[in-house]
Amino acid sequence: MRLTEKGLFRNIDWLLVMCYLVLAAIGIINIYASIHSTESGSILDYSGRSGKQFMWLMVSLAAAVMIVFVFNPRIYESLSVPIYLAMILLLVAVIFLGSEAKGSRSWFEFGHVKFQPAEVSKISTSLLLATVMSQFGFKMGKIKDFLTVAAIIVLPMLIIILQNETGSTLVYVGFAFVLYREGLSGWLLFMIGMAIVLFIMTLTVSPYMAIIFLLAVTTFCDAVYSGKLKGWAAKYLPALVVLGFVPTAIEHAAGLFENPEDFMEAADPIYILAAVMLVSLPVVLFHAYRRGNTFTYFAAAAVIAGTLLVFSTEFIFNDVLQDHQRKRIEVLLGMKEDPSGVGYNVNQSMIAIGSGGLAGKGYLNGTQTTYGFVPEQSTDFIFCTVGEEWGFLGSTAVILIYVFMIWRIVHNAEKSKEAFTRIYGYCVASCIFMHLFINIGMTIGIMPVIGIPLPFVSYGGSSLLAFTVLLFIFIALDGNDKRYSN
Amino acid sequence: MKLDRTNKLLIGLGITAAILIARLFVIQIIDDRYKIDASNNSMVYQTIYPVRGIIHDRNGKILVGNKTTYDLLVTPRDVEAFDTATFCSVLGIEREFVKRKFEEYRKNRRKIGYRSVVMIKQLSPETYMKFAEVAYMFPGFSGQVRNAREYPFNAGGNLLGYVSEVDQSYINRHQGEYKAGDYAGMTGIEAAREKDLRGEKGYAVYLRNSHNRIMTRYRDGEMDKEAVPGNDITTTIDAELQHYGQLLMQNKVGSLVAIEPSTGEILTLVSSPGIDVDILADFGNHYSEVVSNPYKPMFNRAVQAPYPPGSVFKLVNGLIGLQEGVLTPSTCYPCSMGYHFGKHKLGCHAHRSPLNLEESIMMSCNAYYCYVLRNLLENNSYSNIGEALDAWNSYVKSFGFGRKLGSDFPAELGGTIPDSKYYNKVYGKGGWKATTIISLSIGQGEIGCTPLHLANLCATIANRGFYYIPHIVKDSENVSIDGKYKEKQYTMVDTLHFPKVVQGMYRAVNSGYGSGGTASVAEVKGLDICGKTGTAQNPRGDDNSVFICFAPKDNPRIAVAAYVENGSFGAAWAAPIASLLVEKYLNGEIGDSRKALENRVLDGNLMHKVKPN
Repeated sequence: MRLTEKGLFRNIDWLLVMCYLVLAAIGIINIYASIHSTESGSILDYSGRSGKQFMWLMVSLAAAVMIVFVFNPRIYESLSVPIYLAMILLLVAVIFLGSEAKGSRSWFEFGHVKFQPAEVSKISTSLLLATVMSQFGFKMGKIKDFLTVAAIIVLPMLIIILQNETGSTLVYVGFAFVLYREGLSGWLLFMIGMAIVLFIMTLTVSPYMAIIFLLAVTTFCDAVYSGKLKGWAAKYLPALVVLGFVPTAIEHAAGLFENPEDFMEAADPIYILAAVMLVSLPVVLFHAYRRGNTFTYFAAAAVIAGTLLVFSTEFIFNDVLQDHQRKRIEVLLGMKEDPSGVGYNVNQSMIAIGSGGLAGKGYLNGTQTTYGFVPEQSTDFIFCTVGEEWGFLGSTAVILIYVFMIWRIVHNAEKSKEAFTRIYGYCVASCIFMHLFINIGMTIGIMPVIGIPLPFVSYGGSSLLAFTVLLFIFIALDGNDKRYSN
Repeated sequence: MKLDRTNKLLIGLGITAAILIARLFVIQIIDDRYKIDASNNSMVYQTIYPVRGIIHDRNGKILVGNKTTYDLLVTPRDVEAFDTATFCSVLGIEREFVKRKFEEYRKNRRKIGYRSVVMIKQLSPETYMKFAEVAYMFPGFSGQVRNAREYPFNAGGNLLGYVSEVDQSYINRHQGEYKAGDYAGMTGIEAAREKDLRGEKGYAVYLRNSHNRIMTRYRDGEMDKEAVPGNDITTTIDAELQHYGQLLMQNKVGSLVAIEPSTGEILTLVSSPGIDVDILADFGNHYSEVVSNPYKPMFNRAVQAPYPPGSVFKLVNGLIGLQEGVLTPSTCYPCSMGYHFGKHKLGCHAHRSPLNLEESIMMSCNAYYCYVLRNLLENNSYSNIGEALDAWNSYVKSFGFGRKLGSDFPAELGGTIPDSKYYNKVYGKGGWKATTIISLSIGQGEIGCTPLHLANLCATIANRGFYYIPHIVKDSENVSIDGKYKEKQYTMVDTLHFPKVVQGMYRAVNSGYGSGGTASVAEVKGLDICGKTGTAQNPRGDDNSVFICFAPKDNPRIAVAAYVENGSFGAAWAAPIASLLVEKYLNGEIGDSRKALENRVLDGNLMHKVKPN
């Protein structure tokens, strides 16, 4: 088959390109809305942020054209190792050479152009993951392969933590979805999720409630596995609910005593829970032994592991970590509002979005975002402008465009005959998904404030360019595959 | 669809998106919390109130200035238990008041939140300074500078108007312009020129920290807005003359208006009884007292009360007669103690007969003007009396009667001048004739005009045929007045007819006692005052005393209208008052020969004769 430009042209997924352009346009329009009151000039005025973003879009489109029409898609596979290593070097270098902003060193500054290696390292990590996992004979189940993959993901995460950008590493957790697709045990994924939830619950609610939650989930899973859901709902659920109210009951009871503090210390609900668990564990294990139910063994093991995690979390957090480290985690989890105004941001952001109502206040009519009540309004909090000016309908539309885009990438990835393309596609989808969920989740107060951009929309040249390259490498790979498969 | 890993992941994607959208649905549509006063959250706006513009008189004297006062603010959440006794004694307030306030704050604690609210308004600087010394004992309390009005002269009162805090209905009427706690001019010049005087509010933005205490300037004050002071207003009022006018009118009900004929500028405008500036300065505390006063001191009679003009109106009819050709200056009419028609008679007083035009003005003959009006209405050049009356109506209106003059008073009354339509409605078409409405000739009947109309008539005659729309604000540095105030307004009567009437007015004042002139009491040697008396019927008691005059006869500098309710003859009260005002303005003082007259006026009390509604 002849390789014609036309053939390639036809095989490009134009729907994805359209999504990309629509999101970029939404970005420029809303960046202008968020700055028009403080910066004069029209939307494409280069001195304003929206104009700059437009210039960056042009640069990004040029890069996209190069990636799709000029570069041979084969090079990514062969160059993935050097690219990855170069990025690791950059990530390390920025710690020493980068400029400091808000207490973290993660930016290189070249005159007016700022560049964050962490944004690009997602591409290199994705490429290397795709290369390694598409090797013949690669199996998720093999310990060696699993560790290799884990190392590829964790290495940039560790360096980024050293840059003091702990929040950004959350995006890398998304690669777990890729591993799951490629054969990682669902239980492992589930346990990673549980570990995160327990960790957060221990710190934000209480260790006691974290353990109750752990018990509820494990017993529920066990019941589903052995088909005894009714028994669970009749016995375990009420028991757990009762246990859940013990702390409140103790607090009230304490009021009846002369010295409430002493009583509270003596009757710590965690002791009651420990007693309950110590009594019930042998019973549960005996039942499992009699029925030969291996799953229950695993469940019991999970409970023990989870309980250990909860206590170690508390111990490490309160006794091992230094003050400033503890504070950073507290801020990250929204347990304390920090002086630089993380809580302030979220509050203002929710007010801005909430005030948008159903249909929004109309373009350029937002008061909260345009008057600078929401800091970082054109970068990380750009979704506030969308929420305020375009309302629930506009915000939902934007989310749906992302959902369609992610679905489309997954769909194309699945259709591809090349494992490299498929895995890379999942990486791209995961990255966009994590950014979407964390960024929007942050603006509406269901995620901690983590300074990561909304892909293609947030103001920022290096972010836009990085996401463009990330996406268009997939579009090029996908188009190339289709060209050869027909 | 089989539940492979791809689909599980896509379901996860769907669930995540649904969570985001559901959350958006909650905060954007269900939960109202985020829509209510967004700016009250985390960001603290402290209003910086602008300094209100100063009101000057025509010579640069300050009529209304500003003085510094302090509002005591309290942030109920920050208040700790404090020594109420000291607090009350320093601020000079009752313990009960403090208790009541704090009960109120407790009830509204949700609404108030972390905001501060005004507890005591307009503390004097002395009181506030005393408090400031012990302020450390009272956390949660603070002071805020508010300017209050100050009146160096007891001149103006009503005319100036008062400033008070806006209420909810005022806020609603001026959408988006005011907020609770703002002050606005409510009456008089303060209200009319509110837009110039008020200035623009500014604000300082502060940030609250996590404990909701104000910490820092938001962005170092980058988002702050400075207050823009209001523009000063220069009025046409002469403060001294206004003050003197108020003295002359004290203990009388009525109005006194003086206009500079060559400009239309109002020199003095008194409505009596009025409001003293002390009351104006503290209007909030005197409000009920003022409102319950049966003489309605808030009511600006000078521009809002419809009065019959009385004999003063003969001037208008005479001028129209001359213009219409039904009358010449030498036309004489007889008078036998009145004008007789059929069985009826419109009475007159004793004077020699017959009289020509000048003499009719000088002696204010009623019969003469009955002839004039009858000739006007039965004029053959009109097809019927209705048409003739409507022509008369147009003439009268060209003098400014029967319509709003267009002055810069916010609530000017138009008054009434009847036309054929009106009488057709009352008597039926063809049901009335000249004699039915003959009282129009002497300014009685269905005529209603304000003292401002009369002063304007006087200025028109002084100018021999034109007037400038009376106004009270002058051009100044930042405030320019409408161009219409600088345009001559001509009446429909030719200017050449005016000198005869002026001569009549001159003779009314300057012919000496015994000559029959009705206004000899107004004569001031050397001032050449020209005037016309009026005695208008008042259904509630004694007649109203009316007088208009201008001086000097040539190049007049002042035109005055005085209207005293239940003052009986024009010469009894209105003429002395108006002439004293003229004398004061032109000579700067009252001559010895007229001191007795001045004392009679200053001491005169007519309040017992007036029956308030």
